[in-house]
Amino acid sequence: MLAWHMVVIAQERFPRPEFETDYTYPEYQLPAARHAAWEYIDTGVLILVLSVTTWLALKKRSRQGLVWISLFSLGYFGFFREGCICSVGSVQNVALALFNDGYSIPLTALLFFIIPLVYALFAGRVFCAGACPLGAIQELTGIWPKKLPRAVEATLATIPFIYLALAVLFSATQSQFIICRYDPFVGIFRLNAPYTMIIFGALLLLAGIFINRPYCRFLCPYGVLLNITSRFASRHLSITPAECINCRLCENACPYNAILPSDLEIKNEEPAVVRRKFITYLVLIPVFVVAGAVALYILSPGLSGANYDVKLAREIRLEMKEGIPAASNAAIAFKGSGRTDEQLFTAETEIIERYRKGGPWAGLFLGLSIGIGLFSLAIRTERTEYRPHKGKCYSCGRCFKYCPVKPKTEST
Amino acid sequence: MGMGNNKYQNRRDFVRKTGKILVAAPLVFIPAMLAKKIDAKGYVWQIDPLKCTTCGQCKTHCVLTPSAVKCTHKYEMCGYCDLCGGYLRQGVRTISTGAENQICPVGAIKRVFIEEPYFEYTIDEKLCDGCAKCVRGCLDFGNGSLYMQIRHDLCANCNECSIARACPSDAVSRVPVDAPYNIKDRIGPL
Repeated sequence: MLAWHMVVIAQERFPRPEFETDYTYPEYQLPAARHAAWEYIDTGVLILVLSVTTWLALKKRSRQGLVWISLFSLGYFGFFREGCICSVGSVQNVALALFNDGYSIPLTALLFFIIPLVYALFAGRVFCAGACPLGAIQELTGIWPKKLPRAVEATLATIPFIYLALAVLFSATQSQFIICRYDPFVGIFRLNAPYTMIIFGALLLLAGIFINRPYCRFLCPYGVLLNITSRFASRHLSITPAECINCRLCENACPYNAILPSDLEIKNEEPAVVRRKFITYLVLIPVFVVAGAVALYILSPGLSGANYDVKLAREIRLEMKEGIPAASNAAIAFKGSGRTDEQLFTAETEIIERYRKGGPWAGLFLGLSIGIGLFSLAIRTERTEYRPHKGKCYSCGRCFKYCPVKPKTEST
Repeated sequence: MGMGNNKYQNRRDFVRKTGKILVAAPLVFIPAMLAKKIDAKGYVWQIDPLKCTTCGQCKTHCVLTPSAVKCTHKYEMCGYCDLCGGYLRQGVRTISTGAENQICPVGAIKRVFIEEPYFEYTIDEKLCDGCAKCVRGCLDFGNGSLYMQIRHDLCANCNECSIARACPSDAVSRVPVDAPYNIKDRIGPL
C-alpha cells in the first residue's frame, strides 16, 4: 500500500466541493520562523561577551566577574537561545562546507567558528571562560574540585582529538553531525530532550562536581582547536599580577592541572639523557603520523557505516545475499522510492572512497597531535615562575585569589 | 652559558612565531575559501510532503516532546468527504465522531458539518503529536490534503535535525528561512 501511494498519478480522487453556502477556506496554520535578525544579534552578543571576558580575565583579574559573565552566557546562549548554534557544533558546518559543493554555510555558523579562535589567538581561551554555555554550566557546578593524577588526565585528554578527527570526517563525508547528536547539555538548556540525553548530561554534571569541566577536558572537540590556537596567544591570563615570588601557594589552585610550576628547585637532568629523550621522541613523531594515517585508512570502510546510504546499502546487500529481510524504515522507504539497487551501491562505493581519502588525513592529524604531545613531555622549558599552561588554561580565574602578590601600582 | 641560553631563546622564539603563523593561517584561509558558499539568510528544517512516507518517526525522533512536527491541512485539496480516510479508522461501522471511530490517537482532528454532504476537518495543533496516522489515511483513501510540516514556532532549529537523521526517505532538508514551509499542491510526485 505504501508503494501504491508513492507512484500514484497526481490527481484528486474526490472532486473539490462547490459550496452553496458562503463557506470560505480557513487559513493555514503556518507560524513564521524566528526572525533572521536574531542570528546577528547572537553574533554581536558573542563578540561583546568575549571582549568583556578578555577584560575581566586579563586586565581586571576578577573571578567574580568571570562567574557573572558565564552566568549571563548560560542564560543567553544556553537557556534563551537553547544552545543552537554554538561554536562547538559549528566545526561540523565548516567541515561540511569545505568539502562539499551542495551546502552553503550560514554566515553565523562561520562567525561562531572563527571569532572565538581569533580571540584565542590574542588572549587565550576566553571563550571557555565566559562565552560557552557548555563551559559555564560545568564551571558553575564544579564546586568541589579534586585533581586527577597527571597520567590519567593526559590519557583522557587524547579523547577530544579523536572526537574532533571523527566529527570532521563524518561531517565532511555528509554522514552525520556527531557533536550535536551527543551534545550533553542542550537538552538541559531546552528543558526538553530524549531521556538518554538527559542522563548523559546529568552524569557529566554529577562527575563535574568533583572532576571539573569533564566535557571541556575530555570530550570537547572545539576545545582542541582553542587549545592549539591559544598556545600561540600574544597575551594570556597570568596567575600573578606582577612578579612571581615562587611562594608555591597557587600550586594546587587549578582543578585542571593547567599550572606549569616553576622549576627553580628541580635538578637539571644529564644533558646526554635529555638529548637521547629529545631525539627518541622527535623520531617518534613521523612514526605516529604514519601509523595514524595507515590505521584510519584501514578503518575507513568500517567508519563509513556512519553514513546512512552505506548503512542502507549494507542492509539491502544482506537481504540479497543472505535472504535476511531488510525491514528497517529506511529499507522500506528505499524500496518504494524507485531508486535502483545499482544506484545505491554506486553511492555506497563513492562514499567509502571519500572515507578512504579523508581517513588518512584524520589519522595524520591524530598521529601528529599525539606525537607532538609526547615530544613536548621530553623537552624542558626553563621557568622561573608559576604560569598557566596556555593550551589547557580555561582562563577561569580560580587561581587569582591564591596569589599573595599585589599589583605593582599599589606597592610603594 | 649566556651565549647558549640566548641561542636557545631564539630557537624558541622561532618555533613560537612559526606556530603563530601556522594557527593564524586557517583563520584567514577558511573564510576566504568559504566566501562563495556563505549564505547570510540562514536556513530552517522542513519536510517535503511529496517524499514523506508517513512512517511516524517525526513523532518519536524530534528532540522536543511533543514533536515540533504537526499535521497541517491544505483545505483547497480536501474533498470535504463524509467518509474521511484521515479522520475515520478503516472498517468503522458508523460514521460518527465517536472516539472509537477516529484514526487520530489523541483526538486532534475536529469534524464540523458545513453543508450537505460536506464536512470540514481542522487540526487542533495543541493536541497533535505528529504521528502521521491521519496523513497516511488521507493519502490512501483521500486527496492527500493532510500532510506533515515542521512548526517553526516550536522547532529548535538544531544544527542537525534529529528527524532528518532518522527520516528513512530523506524528506527532511534545509529550506531558506524566508520560505520556511513546503505547502502541498498535489498528491504525489509528478
